[in-house]
Amino acid sequence: MSGPHGHALYLHGATRLHRLPAVVKVAALLLFVAAVVATPREAFGSFAVEAVLVAFAIAWAKIPARFVARRLLIEVPFVLFAVMMPFLGGGERVPVGPLMLSREGLWGAWAILVKGTLGVSASILLAATTEVADLLEGLERLKVPRLMIAIAGFMVRYLDVVAGEVRRMRVAMASRGYAPRWAGDAGPMAAAAGALFIRSYERGERVHRAMLARGYTGTMPVFDQEPPARSDWLVGMAIPAVAWVASLAGWVLR
Amino acid sequence: MSTPALEVRDLRFSYPDGHVALDGADFHIHPGERVALLGPNGAGKTTLLLHLNGILTPTSGSVRVAGLEVTEEHLQEIRRRVGLVFQDPDDQLFMPTVRKDVAFGPANFGVGGEALEHRVVSALEAVGMIDAIDRAPHHLSLGERRRVAIATVLAMQPEILVLDEPSSNLDPAGRGELAHILTGLDITMLMVTHDLPYAARLTRRALVMNHGRIVADGPIEKILGDEDLLAANRLELPYGFRERES
Repeated sequence: MSGPHGHALYLHGATRLHRLPAVVKVAALLLFVAAVVATPREAFGSFAVEAVLVAFAIAWAKIPARFVARRLLIEVPFVLFAVMMPFLGGGERVPVGPLMLSREGLWGAWAILVKGTLGVSASILLAATTEVADLLEGLERLKVPRLMIAIAGFMVRYLDVVAGEVRRMRVAMASRGYAPRWAGDAGPMAAAAGALFIRSYERGERVHRAMLARGYTGTMPVFDQEPPARSDWLVGMAIPAVAWVASLAGWVLR
Repeated sequence: MSTPALEVRDLRFSYPDGHVALDGADFHIHPGERVALLGPNGAGKTTLLLHLNGILTPTSGSVRVAGLEVTEEHLQEIRRRVGLVFQDPDDQLFMPTVRKDVAFGPANFGVGGEALEHRVVSALEAVGMIDAIDRAPHHLSLGERRRVAIATVLAMQPEILVLDEPSSNLDPAGRGELAHILTGLDITMLMVTHDLPYAARLTRRALVMNHGRIVADGPIEKILGDEDLLAANRLELPYGFRERES
């Protein structure tokens, strides 16, 4: 089980950012990321402004820098791709130290790195300040189809349950002396994965029965939600607004 | 006599593989009664429960809930009337928060707004879980989840509460708390259990089921006192409860 409060990405807190309605935060994140993506890659000043905005919001939510840094590791595969670009890119070559690298590749790598890092940091901030249930409700307000929200909700709800089953199966295998040392020993693991699939499928059937028993007819019920206050929108939209100004300034001053 | 809260008549059901799970089950329960359904594993108890609100359709025979026959056209009304609490609360609690899970049933039956909020709050109060209203079900203990599972059904204001093994896997204190809550509810109740002392604590009448049939029906003390009947149906009181200790 994850801790008593929320999911692994969530960091319990009581700041203004934590209390902001999820729909405002999701909308703000989308707008902010769009601004970052739209920023021309040569506009270093604009990226600096956007980075300061993210850093400011992270500090405002009292999220430790280490918490964000650890979670930024998810970006690693993209970073590896970015690192390869200057070597593999075509066109004009420029000397960087002892190496001759592609100019276009360098720009591409820079753009991926800076835009990716800004976007992922902002997303980590959203996840760290918003409970899953609120996040789903926010998405519902933004008119994401209810079926997709239900699927996401089930995924979150049953993650712990399935993880618990995996843990018990591993303990059961280890208790009977299964200690894989190399890939060839992975056969029993594959069989266990199959068994896990069957178990999860059967659970799905039982959950469906439980839903039918409480009158489910194929559409998830709609629950009333309080709309966010105007002040919440003002606070939430301030950061993406500044980011858009920085992004547009980058185009104008190019 | 009043209309039975639940009337099961000559109910028969075979699974697609040919296994006969119900072979002429016959009984009725009157409003306000609390009844235990006892029997060995594989006797057909859970299959019977799934017929009470039309999740399974009988091969022959009938089920009536407060006079209304369980058929395709009455399905929604039947499901509102029969509150089925499943054995594993992880199957029953599937929404992101306790509040939404308890609201799921009544919302499906068209309750909304303040009436819905009121139902959710009073159902959670009835099981002593109002403090968990905004928590995620998977962050609760098993005992707490089982209580919330009962609340999800109470919120539909059913005519009859049907519980599948409500005390299984609970620690003794958890079982005690649940018994206290169930005793306090003013509702017709049918409870499947292997926990005979628990059945004696919570119900006045017992049905014994075996091979898809009701083989005994009577006051719980009489049923639990009949050692030959219990032995014939793979039931036994725990050590220390028996008169002739073996």
